[in-house]
Amino acid sequence: MSIEAETEGSARIIRVGHDRIDAAGAIGFKERIRDLIPGPEKRVIMDLSRVNFLDSSGLGAIVAVMKLLAPERKLELAGLTPTVEKVFRLTRMDSIFTIHPDLARGLGHAG
Amino acid sequence: MLADTGAVSVMGCSASGGAGFALVTMPADSESVRAGLDRALRSSPLRGLGADDRDRAEILLAEVLNNIVEHAYRGGKGEIRLLLRMESGRLCLVIEDEGEAMPGGHLPAGTLPDAACLPEGGFGWFLIRALASEIAYARRGRTNRLDVTMTCEQ
Repeated sequence: MSIEAETEGSARIIRVGHDRIDAAGAIGFKERIRDLIPGPEKRVIMDLSRVNFLDSSGLGAIVAVMKLLAPERKLELAGLTPTVEKVFRLTRMDSIFTIHPDLARGLGHAG
Repeated sequence: MLADTGAVSVMGCSASGGAGFALVTMPADSESVRAGLDRALRSSPLRGLGADDRDRAEILLAEVLNNIVEHAYRGGKGEIRLLLRMESGRLCLVIEDEGEAMPGGHLPAGTLPDAACLPEGGFGWFLIRALASEIAYARRGRTNRLDVTMTCEQ
């Protein structure tokens, strides 16, 4: 269970290895991500394909990361699993993020 | 208290023993809620649910239980009791705690925060109300009791 980052071209990629982003882990999650995004990359793409559960605390943590980056940099999301997608859709927060089906398509590679 | 009674009534769902009935208790902290949620999802009322209903139940329960940790107990010590029962395509839940009462004795309105304002909180009760078909709250003595039903779609 880890969160790792790498830079590819103009994008910073954050790979979230956690099974859950919930009330027990949301603060640690936000702090870890903050340490991983010091660079100048305009785009930050968060790969959530391994996250099976997100609650409102986890959603708040992802919004907080978006606000840390704004206005010069942008947070995009990739690979939402069904439960995570449900939380974004129900709260209509899917309207404020660019959401890619998976990381490869987020990076513009032919899917 | 749930743990002391042999029979309880949940929104018309009777829960006097039998299959498909489970009681899960947990200390009121977020790590214990994570473990309690896992036990609830593996309990007989929930393990037979379809993927979509299971996802909805997990979100609903996580929000209810974490609200009790954060607002009723305010980070202090306490116990949460969760009674689960499936009846006629409905998941019937009773959640009890001995934390602070709901402010004003009422459930929060759960208004959806405006996405454009980039809200970091305030989604919990919106999600509970979006996923539940019925919700009732009562304060009896020192105990908060929440009755929640969720209609299963599969």
